Amino acid sequence: MGIVRYTKEHEWIRVEDGVGVVGITKYAQEQLGDIVYVELPEVGAGMTKGAEAAVVESVKAASEIYAPVGGEVTEVNQNLADNPGTVNTDAMGEGWFFKMRIADTDEVDRLMDGVAYQEYVESLS
Amino acid sequence: MADVDATLTGNRGLALEEAVIFEQDSPGLSGVDLPQPVPGNDRLGGLGRSGAIGLPGLSEPQVVRHYLRLSRMNYGIDSGLYPLGSCTMKYNPRLNERLARLPGLGGLHPLQPISTVQGALELMDACAHWLKVLTGLPGITMAPAAGAHGELVGLMTIRAALEARGDARKRVLVPESAHGTNPASAHACGYAVESIAANVRGRVDVGALKAKLDADVAAIMLTNPNTCGLFENDIIEIADAVHDAGAFFYCDGANFNAIVGRVRPGDLGIDCMHLNLHKTFSTPHGGGGPGSGPVVLSAPLVPYAPLPMVERRGDGFALVEHAGDSSAHPLGRVKGFHGQFGMMVRALAYMMSLGSDGLRQVAEDAVLNANYLLARLKDTLSLPFEGPCMHEVLFDDSFLKDTGVTTLDFAKAMIDEGFHPMTMYFPLVVHGALLMEPTETESKATLDQFIETVKGLAERARAGDARHFKDAPRLTPRRRLDETAAARNPVLVWRPPPPQAAE
Repeated sequence: MGIVRYTKEHEWIRVEDGVGVVGITKYAQEQLGDIVYVELPEVGAGMTKGAEAAVVESVKAASEIYAPVGGEVTEVNQNLADNPGTVNTDAMGEGWFFKMRIADTDEVDRLMDGVAYQEYVESLS
Repeated sequence: MADVDATLTGNRGLALEEAVIFEQDSPGLSGVDLPQPVPGNDRLGGLGRSGAIGLPGLSEPQVVRHYLRLSRMNYGIDSGLYPLGSCTMKYNPRLNERLARLPGLGGLHPLQPISTVQGALELMDACAHWLKVLTGLPGITMAPAAGAHGELVGLMTIRAALEARGDARKRVLVPESAHGTNPASAHACGYAVESIAANVRGRVDVGALKAKLDADVAAIMLTNPNTCGLFENDIIEIADAVHDAGAFFYCDGANFNAIVGRVRPGDLGIDCMHLNLHKTFSTPHGGGGPGSGPVVLSAPLVPYAPLPMVERRGDGFALVEHAGDSSAHPLGRVKGFHGQFGMMVRALAYMMSLGSDGLRQVAEDAVLNANYLLARLKDTLSLPFEGPCMHEVLFDDSFLKDTGVTTLDFAKAMIDEGFHPMTMYFPLVVHGALLMEPTETESKATLDQFIETVKGLAERARAGDARHFKDAPRLTPRRRLDETAAARNPVLVWRPPPPQAAE
């Protein structure tokens, strides 16, 4: 397993062999409630850090998912089209959204680590 | 959970169970009995129907009972307090309905010769006139079919005005506290949408707005009062900044019912605003009637308003339907025919029956009622932003912290008490939102009963009776529905069951 970093918008990115795997955190899926639809980016799409990358729709609301770092989408999790509930049951694992080639690894380093994210979440409640 | 009060029929007292109409099919039954046509040339040129069309066979009383039973499962403003408020529909005065049904208005055809509909054109002109007076803006289009369509038409007008001065711009700014349709309309009009954060007071962060304003911004779309029910008090400063940047100021007029008769949007520096006639002017909506979204315009936008336009010519009225007949630069048609004429009749009836003092009182009573809820519930529920509010009051779910009860559970328990729930989980800027808009027509007695119910339920939640909420609703024709399954696997069309295999 590579390193995992977090954003204030509750996305996570795990870096494995230079490839970033992106999803939303367990806290985010709890806040959203049952997820009913996920709109994923196109493979090959380029995006800058903070750009709108995906949309997740729950019984409560539709929310944008932002690119945690800049780069290019290399693969999307097709399984989510038929089984959006995977995001609820395994947000940090099988519920990943997309993989990306990372343009600048410094951007990853500037994100929060697990401890900092945990503290951030606790500060919200 | 098993229903402890199960009956043999599935009916609950006089609340009658009712099957889908197709499941009641008795082939051959019909409400009318017509003689068989005489065989002969049908003149259909071989296009006659070859098979059944799939309508169920039913007797007339069966059909009447079916729709009456369904209607009894419904809840609306004519049944009781409706805290979703004017977004869905506020009370429709019966006078409006009576006037809209006058044969000379209700029986018109949109293609009648203009000379035979002079009264209807005069009515459209009068309705337009009073909407311009109330908003303090010089131009209007009556064509848009509904509020969100009005947003799109307003932005198209702004785009036309900008392009005419050779200054096509690419971005539209939308504050977080604006209505959810605003970013969608800007996107549909081809603009890139940028969000502006709210400040701790639930209003637009003016600093954040100014930081994003530049020569590429076509417009800002602000909702005032905003979707937290708060008046944007920095609106004049916002308007000045927007105009200094060469952009237009679009205001979502959905919440105009909170300020009608008291504030003229034109005086605030607004260039363009749609008016949801159902929200401010009491027309039917939310399944009860079509929307209607006239858009008022400032002087620089007037030449680009869409067609058709009613114009006073001599002693009569003309309908300008073609760009060539206009002295301006209309952006063309945005809807078939002339807009929702029946809604204009009702809105004009409302304005003329209330008069200027009555309309002013509409806004005052709507705001007073919402502030009465705020004052009496603020110690029971939790307020994210300090009051006073405008026509609606926003609470968050922190009063339910550690009770195990969610906003959704709380809303379901209100149904058992005979109240339609308030707006839940919107706006998104607060956690677990409960948004209440009582509207101006509710009496103190009705509001007091609602308040006592909310207080009683909040007490029950804090006393640890989460079960009561998780099981709700218990007394409705259907228990709690599985919203997740309905969203993930929606069944939208009834299909006949597959034929049984022969034994």
